[in-house]
Order: sequence, then C-alpha cells, then structure tokens
Amino acid sequence: MTWDWNFAMQIFPEIFRAMWITLAATLAAYLIALTFGLVLTLLRRARFKPLVWLAVGFIEFVRSTPPLVQLYFLFFAFPQIPYIGFALNPFLTGALGLGIHYSTYVSEIYRSGIESIPKSQWEASTALNFSRMQTWVRIILPQAIPPVVPMLGNYLIVLFKETPLLSAILVVEMLQTAKIIGSETWRYLEPITIVGLLFLLLSYPSSLLIQRVERSMQRMYGKQKRGGVTL
Amino acid sequence: MNGASITVQILVLSAAVAFIIAFIAGLGRVSRFKMVRFVTTVFVELFRGTSLLVQMFFFFFALPAFGITLTPFAAGVIALGLNYGAYASEIVRGAIVAVPQGQIEAGIALNMTRWQRMRLIILPQAVRMMLPGFGNISIELLKGTSLVSLVTLADMTFQANMLKDSNTGAVIEIYTLLLILYFLIALPLILTARWLEKRSGKGVTAR
Repeated sequence: MTWDWNFAMQIFPEIFRAMWITLAATLAAYLIALTFGLVLTLLRRARFKPLVWLAVGFIEFVRSTPPLVQLYFLFFAFPQIPYIGFALNPFLTGALGLGIHYSTYVSEIYRSGIESIPKSQWEASTALNFSRMQTWVRIILPQAIPPVVPMLGNYLIVLFKETPLLSAILVVEMLQTAKIIGSETWRYLEPITIVGLLFLLLSYPSSLLIQRVERSMQRMYGKQKRGGVTL
Repeated sequence: MNGASITVQILVLSAAVAFIIAFIAGLGRVSRFKMVRFVTTVFVELFRGTSLLVQMFFFFFALPAFGITLTPFAAGVIALGLNYGAYASEIVRGAIVAVPQGQIEAGIALNMTRWQRMRLIILPQAVRMMLPGFGNISIELLKGTSLVSLVTLADMTFQANMLKDSNTGAVIEIYTLLLILYFLIALPLILTARWLEKRSGKGVTAR
C-alpha cells in the first residue's frame, strides 16, 4: 500500500471542513484560558490566604495531571456529581477542559508580567489613594499584560496542537474525521498525513509570526530577558 | 492497577529516548555543518509543529502502510520520545547558546579541539542550565503518556476507561482516583524539578 493521490484529493475537503471545528475549539478554549487564567492570577494575590492556597493547589494539581484525563473527568464523571454536575455537549466539554488546563499555564504568564511591575507603581497608586480595584485595572494590568502578549500567543499555538485530544470525547475535529475515514476505508495513511500537514501548515507560520512580534516587542520594551516556557 | 506500571514504564523509556534525541538534535542545531543544522531543524520543527496525538496515530495507523507495523507500546514510546525530544532539544540548544562566548574563546586560546571544547567547557556548564527544563519536560511527558491509551495500550487511563464501562455507578470515584494517581506520580518529578531549579541557579547567571 502506498500513497494514493486520488484518495487523498477525495478526502481532503472533508478534513478541511473539520479544520473549522478544530479552529473553533482552539479559540473557545483559548478565551476560557485567558479569562480563567486571569481569575487564578488575581486569586493568587488575594488578601484572604485560604483563597491563595486554593488557587495554588488548583494550579499545581491541574498542571501536573494529563489534560486527557481531565477531559474524561469532565465528560463522564462531572455530570454525575450530585447537585453541581450537569452534562455538556462534547464540544463545550472539550473547550472547557482544555481551557481550564491551559489557564494554569496562562496564569503563570500573567504572574510573570505582574511581578515585573516595579513595586513603586503599587506604592504610587496607594499614595494617590487609588482603590485596590482601580490599582489593578488602571495601573498594574495595563502595564503587565502587553509585554507578555507573545508568550500568551505561544499558548494559542500550543492549544491548537492539543485539540486532537478532543477526538477522545468524540468531537468530530480533524483527527476524529481522519479516524472515521480510516475506519471506513481501511486507509489511514492519507487522512492522518493530511491532518499532520494541516497542523504544520497552520502552526509553523504562526509561531514564526509570534517570534517576530516578540522581537519587536523586546525592542519596544527594551527588555533582554526572555523567560517562560517554550512548550 | 496494572495500568500504573505500564504508565511508569512508558514514562521511563520515552524519557530516555527523548533525552537522547534532545542531545542529538540540540547539538545538531549548533553544528558547524549547514546540512546537519538543516536536517535537525526540519526534524525539530516537524515534531513541534504537529500534534503529539496525530504523530502517535501516524506511527500506529499509518506506518503499517509502509510495511512497518509497531506494537502500541513501541508506537507510544517512539511518538512520545520523538515529540518531547524535539521540545527538549530546544532546551539543549538554548543552554549551549547561553554559555558565554568568552568561554569558547578561552577554549580556542588553550588550543583545544572543537570536541574538547564541547566536552570539557561548554557541556558541563550547559547541562546545569538544562536541568530545570528537563524536569519540566518530564512532567509534560508524564501527562503525554495518557495518550497511549488511545492507541489501545492498557495504561492507567485505559484501565480507568474499562472500569468505567463495567461499573457505571462509580464513575466519579474512578476518574478522581485516576487524577490523584497521576498527581502522585508527578509529585516526585515536580519536587525534583523545583530542587534542580534552585540548585542550578547557584553560582550561574542562567536566568
């Protein structure tokens, strides 16, 4: 059995359509991650200590357990939890699961941004009688977020590459489509290769773009440090 | 709980593969030969640019088309090893590049060969900087091992799914326990990574 161009051309439109599901899931999960990540970051800086412990414990736990298992948990176990559980459709479960998983990473990035703000900024806003809320919204976050935008962008790509996990809870995204085609025709080579190439085609240019943004931002902010994970 | 031992086996084996790949590819990317740099860059970008699960499926489902049939275990270890090896090679490369230029020049001044410079001067310093990154990669790798359940290998996740099908009443317990088990396996890795991070910061200006 070798590569069959006719077959590849024939299944390509179907996989291409599934790409939109993949992209939609990526975007939904990313928005959840950005929002929930910010919540986690703020909780970590709360004055009420148990909240801080809760946030830190949550982050550590979620970060070090597999996203796949978390998806299973949300999909199979969560609806059965008395009182609070409710069933979500696979797509929403997937977006929520990946979103929560990556919110823990995103919150680390926010944190690095916030920690790079000089202490004097906090002191100045205290001196100017800003409330805590005002300090966050008007002083700290506007300075902390822009420099970390490229790092946040990296996680968009990471998330994109994690979406095949959703095939495990039967979201018909690219990989699931390839699997279905494979099981119907007994040809796995073409569908899976096409999926792989599409991933590469989308993620590689975007990572180059982010590198460029990062470089230009470094010039803008005059920073030499480039911390953070590159996963 | 046979699944746990499979998970740990996969973790250890694929970590070994990943670190070997990481060193080969990391060194390849700083090679003075353009060809070697090109080949390793393509390899790294290929594996970083596509999805781990897609790679695993490729090894498991698509390779038989070329007459190479892998067991689920082999497909899992190879996919995990190559994927995380590609990521870890960036750590290796970053650390080698971070060794100050003066060190290399001093090596040249002492009339060392390229190999001596690499072995005696650059690597001993670079490895210290790599260690925290490697710690993090191994936690990522542990999380990655759960994917082998999708190529029908009976690891922890796979066993939990089987249990779920036979005891539909205890789904919450099964998955909660599974999450906790993963966390327990990760815990020593997390603590080691943290310890390494503290150690490697001493005396070097890595970050």
